Amino acid sequence: MSVQSEVGQIDLIAEPSVGDFIQLMKPRVMTLVILTALAAMLAAPGALNPVIGTIAIISIAIGAGASGALNMWYDADIDARMARTAARPLPRGKVTPEEALSFGAVLSVGSVVTLGVLVNWVAGALLALTIAFYLFVYTMWLKRRTPHNIVIGGAAGAFPPMIGWAVVTGNVSFDSVLLFLIIFMWTPPHFWALALYRCRDYERVGVPMLPVVAGLRETRRQILIYSVLLAPLAVVPYFVGLGGVVYLACSVVLGLIFLGLAVRVYVTTEGREADTAARQLFWFSILYLYTLFAVLLVEATVNRILT
Amino acid sequence: MDGGKIQQLGPAAERARRRRSLAIALTLGFMVIAFYVATFVRFGDVITNSVH
Repeated sequence: MSVQSEVGQIDLIAEPSVGDFIQLMKPRVMTLVILTALAAMLAAPGALNPVIGTIAIISIAIGAGASGALNMWYDADIDARMARTAARPLPRGKVTPEEALSFGAVLSVGSVVTLGVLVNWVAGALLALTIAFYLFVYTMWLKRRTPHNIVIGGAAGAFPPMIGWAVVTGNVSFDSVLLFLIIFMWTPPHFWALALYRCRDYERVGVPMLPVVAGLRETRRQILIYSVLLAPLAVVPYFVGLGGVVYLACSVVLGLIFLGLAVRVYVTTEGREADTAARQLFWFSILYLYTLFAVLLVEATVNRILT
Repeated sequence: MDGGKIQQLGPAAERARRRRSLAIALTLGFMVIAFYVATFVRFGDVITNSVH
């Protein structure tokens, strides 16, 4: 993108940098995608060639980044009006919508084809489904229409472990669906905790997040319900042999803390304390998911080394 | 173009463009190597058996 100045030079500030394109890929989301997919890959039964494994992880990460870029392309109008997203490359005018769209489209096709050709087409198809689900179902269809946007759309973020599992086994199994379900159940309390203290932002841009449509009280109740379902569900991998003793201990302890914070969000309804409770749950939910999958990853790696 | 004026990028814009080009070149180079190596890893046996 370029803006011409009076002296005939092209404006220096408006030229997009490599960093702007990296930011389009939502790198923080990518790290979680990499972690969850890698944990599932290593936990899955079967041999895994390191070269193929590396290419698979890069493809999955780029596919996730591509869907992030396409999401930013479509949501540029509301991103510009929300404090949390106003500094993204599109609202700042660093990247044009056309650049974001073509960047996302090329990476989407490239990552799916690479995964399909070099790894297997079950994994490739799941990656394509993830990108399509995130763009068409969540971003274009649900996000601006229903307070269930996060519940259904959360499936997109839950697919990476299934893709990782399919990389090794070439299929979808109960175990991979279990990992999918953990992230699926984690997503609503995570995003609704954020929406609780960013409620006005969402209201201003007309995104029907649950607090905007159903009120803060109902959102707190829903957060608690999902947390009650999530905490025991996250322990199940131990009982199906996916996680070991360390995983069991972490999932129980962290699950109890998660529940405690969700209860605190439920009962603290007034003033600054209510915002603080929601913020704590939001940040802890990130730590919670990262830790569970990191432990799965370490245990699976140790198992592979020992066997 | 704007009325035949000479347009030129400033140093920062030049640098950003050069870095982008370098990043694209490195990415493409990596992809070529990755596909080359992965093809051998994935299909090496098939290729060897079909030759002999």
